[in-house]
Amino acid sequence: MGRTLFEKVWDSHVVTHDEGRPDLLYVDLHLVHEVTSPQAFEGLRLAGRKVRRPDLTVATMDHNVATGDDTPADPLSQQQLDALATNCAEFDVPLHATGSGREGIVHVIGPELGLTQPGKTIVCGDSHTSTHGAFGALAFGIGTSEVEHVLATQTLSQRKPRTLRIHFEGERAPGVTAKDLVLVAIGEIGVDGGVGHVIEYAGPAIEALSMEGRMTVCNMSIEAGARAGMIAPDETTFAYLRERGVEIDERWRDLPSDPDAVFDREVVIDVATVKPQVTWGTNPGMVASIDDVVPEPADEAAERALAYMALTPGTPIREITVDRVFIGSCTNSRIEDLRAAAAVVQGRHVHPSVRAMVVPGSACVKVQAEAEGLDQVFTAAGFEWRRAGCSMCLGMNPDVLAPGERCASTSNRNFEGRQGAGGRTHLVSPEVAAATALEGHFAVPA
Amino acid sequence: MKAFRSVTSTAVVLDRADVDTDQIIPKQFLKRIERSGFGEFLFFDWRKAPDFELNHQRGKILIAGRNFGCGSSREHAPWALEDYGFEAIVAPSYGDIFRQNSLKIGLLPVELPPEQVRDLMDRARAGEELTVDLEVRTAGGHPFELDDFSRKCLLEGMDEIALTLRDEAAIAAYESAHA
Repeated sequence: MGRTLFEKVWDSHVVTHDEGRPDLLYVDLHLVHEVTSPQAFEGLRLAGRKVRRPDLTVATMDHNVATGDDTPADPLSQQQLDALATNCAEFDVPLHATGSGREGIVHVIGPELGLTQPGKTIVCGDSHTSTHGAFGALAFGIGTSEVEHVLATQTLSQRKPRTLRIHFEGERAPGVTAKDLVLVAIGEIGVDGGVGHVIEYAGPAIEALSMEGRMTVCNMSIEAGARAGMIAPDETTFAYLRERGVEIDERWRDLPSDPDAVFDREVVIDVATVKPQVTWGTNPGMVASIDDVVPEPADEAAERALAYMALTPGTPIREITVDRVFIGSCTNSRIEDLRAAAAVVQGRHVHPSVRAMVVPGSACVKVQAEAEGLDQVFTAAGFEWRRAGCSMCLGMNPDVLAPGERCASTSNRNFEGRQGAGGRTHLVSPEVAAATALEGHFAVPA
Repeated sequence: MKAFRSVTSTAVVLDRADVDTDQIIPKQFLKRIERSGFGEFLFFDWRKAPDFELNHQRGKILIAGRNFGCGSSREHAPWALEDYGFEAIVAPSYGDIFRQNSLKIGLLPVELPPEQVRDLMDRARAGEELTVDLEVRTAGGHPFELDDFSRKCLLEGMDEIALTLRDEAAIAAYESAHA
């Protein structure tokens, strides 16, 4: 019987396979950031252990960094950033620190530096590690105890997840983005639809996506509860890697799922009918098309969500006004996202009642965008142009919503208080975020 | 890791689905570099509401709705639950990373079918003390499944890194075969 892409990557990384114990998997790349690592390094120190493979470990600073020129990191954040620098120095872990020119959101720099490659196992103490699956890698988020385990052993003991293939049939209509595809998929299977599974995204609409679009899709796998998301490597993947100086390994061509591979579950999505999406609730599965209205609550959770979001059922999505617009995060902060948003706002101006910001995903993205003049387009339109970091995706730095503020955000989570206590988040694509900034209410590009 | 064998206690009922780890421990508390002291910030924002479940129930067992602990990988969430005093959680399902993180720190995530969780919620609300027993794998009398390896790790409070380091030869062999 044929094997899936996931099974091929899994099988080739099994170090030990014993009855009555989870498989011990080898980890090819361990990405580290300041928030989920300090206790892991401290654990090593207390036990007198070393980092087994510093050469397979890469650290950066992203969650806590202040992205404005005027706002230093608060003392606690600074302490955590300093702790990472100290730990990396002590344990010989390479660090792309703030100001190094190679720093940025961990899931933006991995691919950008050519570290993310097909067939690798990649872990990080961050749930959006699923992003790297866009290259046909098996990439998933882990907790701090597991971070310590990987640091010490370069392995992870894991129970094998089940497989789910989401097949995207048909072609995207103009104005429909990778973000809309993944939001529709989450809406379809639910925020726990992928629990215990690794998702493989397949079909013509996925093959047609750029690498950056594929990263957006895989990034949000965790929002459907999935352990990881993967896309088969192809010529698009290889071209992206070649541009970053990576030599193509011919064995990568054997990674795609075999035609007779069997998935535990299959879901089909008709892409032709998909429209730009806007979330209305407090999890990413509470989503509607921009042409829809705020739905009648189907259960208590939806009622609670609508109360938190201060929305009335029946209100057209397009009539909801926003206070803030955030373009950034590991979901949508890459150069193509910024180009798409800049094309929408070129020569126009942000609505007077909206405060809008663009936060590039990495220092490299920032430099490239500035070389293309995108920063000028954004600032001329009234956007704030900031330094690389996680920024307002999670509010661990000075970029936060005030209580009650409503935000159109290109990030990945609309949980209560995610962008600041009492803040109200609507997840959208960069194109919709840009158009919404201009109009002051949800809109698609003119 | 702290060992877990069994707990008998009143239980706190949090009958909500999809409780994410951002609610369990909001982001502003992730800046600490210690492992301890997160309990006082558990459900920080929700606890501001006087009628929030944790404000008027006590116990060492938390009974929750499906997909408990979804979202962010922050191990601070199980740290906060454990530091607050919970020793076991009962729910129909969990976020994968949360479940894994809980097992790693000795906080037992029991998974039961929705109707049995409902039964335990009813009994807990009536003030009944429930027993979660890992040795025989039952919660309030309902048998639950947990793989033998995870059970053994919890019962013994095993240092999993030390266990893996016993496979040093296999790891080294893998590395030389894939160098």
